[in-house]
Amino acid sequence: MDKHVVVIGGGVAGIEAAGTLAEMGLRVSVIEKEEEAGGHITGWHALFPDRRPAKEVTEYLRHRIRHNNITLITKATVERINHHGHSFSVNVSDGTSLNADAVIVATGFDLFDARRKEEYGYGIYDDVITSADLEIMFASNKVLTSAGKVPSRIGFVHCVGSRDEKVNNNHCSKVCCVTAVKQAIEVREILPDCEVFCFYMDMRMFGPLYEELYRESQEKYNVNYIRGKVSEASSTINGRVSVRVEDTLAGRPLKMEIDLLVLMVGMEMSKTGERLAEASGLSTGVNRFLKSADHHYGSNESGKKGIFYAGTCTAPMNITDTISHARAAVTETINYLNSR
Amino acid sequence: MSATAADKFGFAINRTRLINYDTTDRKVRGYISEREPSFRLCFACGGCTASCTAGQHTTFNLRRMNTYIRRGEIAPLREEVTRCMLCGKCLLVCPRGVNTRNVVAVASEAIRKFERNEL
Repeated sequence: MDKHVVVIGGGVAGIEAAGTLAEMGLRVSVIEKEEEAGGHITGWHALFPDRRPAKEVTEYLRHRIRHNNITLITKATVERINHHGHSFSVNVSDGTSLNADAVIVATGFDLFDARRKEEYGYGIYDDVITSADLEIMFASNKVLTSAGKVPSRIGFVHCVGSRDEKVNNNHCSKVCCVTAVKQAIEVREILPDCEVFCFYMDMRMFGPLYEELYRESQEKYNVNYIRGKVSEASSTINGRVSVRVEDTLAGRPLKMEIDLLVLMVGMEMSKTGERLAEASGLSTGVNRFLKSADHHYGSNESGKKGIFYAGTCTAPMNITDTISHARAAVTETINYLNSR
Repeated sequence: MSATAADKFGFAINRTRLINYDTTDRKVRGYISEREPSFRLCFACGGCTASCTAGQHTTFNLRRMNTYIRRGEIAPLREEVTRCMLCGKCLLVCPRGVNTRNVVAVASEAIRKFERNEL
């Protein structure tokens, strides 16, 4: 099929969509805002639930995007999608314009900026870090405090920037619970003498093998779970971080000193996606993610003919679902091109 | 109360600890729910209690109070509502945007009315 599809975003969804289209003989242009394609997963060390090295998946994606039918344009964003009869023109930030027969939007997500939850002290206290920061520590196989000490107690705060009206994110980011479980296990492996606490509101183990991982974290790794939302973190005189929470299962307020506090940052609609949606007249839903034409059987459809959605621009997703969603977007695209 | 024959021998019937949802009175819940609908949004995270000054020194626990109201357990509420100082710190913390301070204010009003049979 001699058709040209523009894929906006070169993360997991964008690469998988582009790779699948290219394999089917279509020409594809992928526009990626960073210097390299790959998406958030390139900053990750290991994946849940099986804890395989993230490198294995990034390698797969790297291989996937290397195809003669794919043109990768990096350090560029799409400003607007214009519709002309049966085709599209796409305005790129470098001033160029691309013609396309169909467009797949795969603008992905932004990690929640933890500084917006000021009461947790990210950017103020050096020993308050995010889940993404911890992955970087895992990559070097060293988990230390800012003073270079081996932590004797680490805490994970779930739902940072998720399920929180105060930061305008009412949605659940879905993947942070299981990420905390995975990271808690990894900490216990690297530092067997370090106590680990997860402060959670609900444990949402939605995927296959997630509940098993949760169970394993208790059974084999002795991870502690305290049900309550941390209300604030502060610095102590001896340089530790003090957290306040209600132990809701005991029904009493609880205070605890911690050496390293990890904030499980959630997923938000990306800023570039938001701008693109506004400029191109794509509708967004209550949590600012792109609103699909039908929640159940049309989650790849934008409601505008020839424009399709793939991955976390529509909702928080794990890698598995993102890849499936991207492939489904390709099916919809092909159906559209055939029926045009 | 006169002692029964059984009491004399050291036997007594323990009062049930069961929340009997069919006999508890949920008029207070209805009253609060109507006047401060954000009350219904609580998902029991305990952020309010964690930030609560009164709760550090007394049994006051807004999260638990909310549950009592929902279940129609009025007895434990009477004293609880008097412990809140209405400082509103919980308001700043609540991730569901519950107007917590007003919940307490309306709850004490509701309990007063309940006791005067005005609900």
